[in-house]
Amino acid sequence: MALRFGILLGVRFFPTSSHVLGAGILAAVLSGVAFAWAVPRQSGGGSNPTAKVAQAAATAPGQSPSAPALSAAHSGLNVVVLDPAHGGTDPGARGTEGITESDEVLQFATATKKALEAQGFQVILTREGNDNPSFDDRSARANAQRGAVFITLHIASTGLTGTARVYVVPEVPASNNITGLIPWDRAQAPFLSLSRKLGELVQQELSKRFKGSPDTLQTAPVRQLRTTAAPAIAVEISSVSVKERAELDRMVPGVAEAIARGLTDFRPTYVVPTISVPGGSVQP
Amino acid sequence: MTPKWTVWLGGVLLAAVIAAALYFPALRRRVNQAKELTEKTAEQARRELLPVAPVSTGDPMVKVVMFWGSHGQEGELVPVTVELPLSRDPVLRTKQVLNTLLAGPVDAESRTLPPDAALMAFYILPDGTGVADFSDEIRTSIPSGIQSEQLAVESILRTLEANVPQVLRLKILIHGQEADTLAGHVDLTQLFRVNAKDAAGTQLDNPSPPGSKLPAPIRKAVETMRKATKR
Repeated sequence: MALRFGILLGVRFFPTSSHVLGAGILAAVLSGVAFAWAVPRQSGGGSNPTAKVAQAAATAPGQSPSAPALSAAHSGLNVVVLDPAHGGTDPGARGTEGITESDEVLQFATATKKALEAQGFQVILTREGNDNPSFDDRSARANAQRGAVFITLHIASTGLTGTARVYVVPEVPASNNITGLIPWDRAQAPFLSLSRKLGELVQQELSKRFKGSPDTLQTAPVRQLRTTAAPAIAVEISSVSVKERAELDRMVPGVAEAIARGLTDFRPTYVVPTISVPGGSVQP
Repeated sequence: MTPKWTVWLGGVLLAAVIAAALYFPALRRRVNQAKELTEKTAEQARRELLPVAPVSTGDPMVKVVMFWGSHGQEGELVPVTVELPLSRDPVLRTKQVLNTLLAGPVDAESRTLPPDAALMAFYILPDGTGVADFSDEIRTSIPSGIQSEQLAVESILRTLEANVPQVLRLKILIHGQEADTLAGHVDLTQLFRVNAKDAAGTQLDNPSPPGSKLPAPIRKAVETMRKATKR
């Protein structure tokens, strides 16, 4: 296309055959440069659900994977990714008074964001309106950050109303990949112990505020958490089957405070784990 | 001045538009009804092709342990012993046990699986991996939430562990297809450990994205069920 355009320009402004030839060559060179510039951006840009690698393991351009060079600021907790579950065509649990999980979790997420920002955290929401990003797109928001934690918020359709539970995935075997890259489908593996620690702290805070909530962390193979390369927990609130919407609304500040408090307690202990590779170790 | 015939033509067209507008909602309702009827018929046809409860009167009565929800303890499972005529063949036995689990306890509140869900097919692969194919209702009728989905899967696994020692691990399919989640929360791409004797658990250590990295025997079983579903 660019070549054709170049030749047409040549015919118009440079009527001699040598000028036409020169313009054609110039257009071809320009096309080549444009192609070379565009290709790496196409393959690397955006969130690709079929991507097999969660994060490059501390590999800046020209740097060996076995020689991590992270600054001190990058080894701690910097960002909290909050994930209001469902949305778009997926309303999640549906309860009385037309309550839908997808709408309610947005309220919880907004209040939690404010509480976290008051504690000095940078907060990213995976959705702010009524849309439904894929599991991988939601995970990608955390996987693209250094020093992030991921919290997915749910409201069940069953369970004792006025309670909240925290879940982590039970086990995700670590990869044997010698490059230090984490396969996308088991991105949670290196972060499991950190996820448990974070989950315990948040669950303790929730059980203080909501009577009937369990004192201990729950485990379940939650799909959303498996592909997240960061300490990741799911908080599930019970339930959309309340008698009136106000019962759920009353839980919003307590849940927000509990999460903010749990993360504040977690922050000093958060160090990005390392993965052993031949010749050393890398941070994912 | 407007000719008389144009006034008549305009009137007729206006009447036609009003009639179409009045008829449109009824037409849409009828189309939706016809669509639902077709979907139900396809699902029912598949159910009719498969024996729902392969219980033989010649099978010995055996005490089996079913895991249903606890009435008092929220989110817990409790073992309930029931007596059933049970086959010695592990495939038939699994079908009998899972059909009993699906039929549910006397107390409906202790259900872990939707009452309208059905087990469409079950296979055991030579390595001890069971492949259970449930109808769509296991996804569409289950109460939404991590806890309810986790309870549903746990009740299946623990009931199989207690009654069918030949099943070491389980792959759950829905309507002949591999599903990402049960109903939006619990991950079904993995193999679930059923029996504690499955010490190796090699396949468990390989959670895989749908359709791509499944071990060959399971991929074959999924394909078989997918073809059966299409038929």
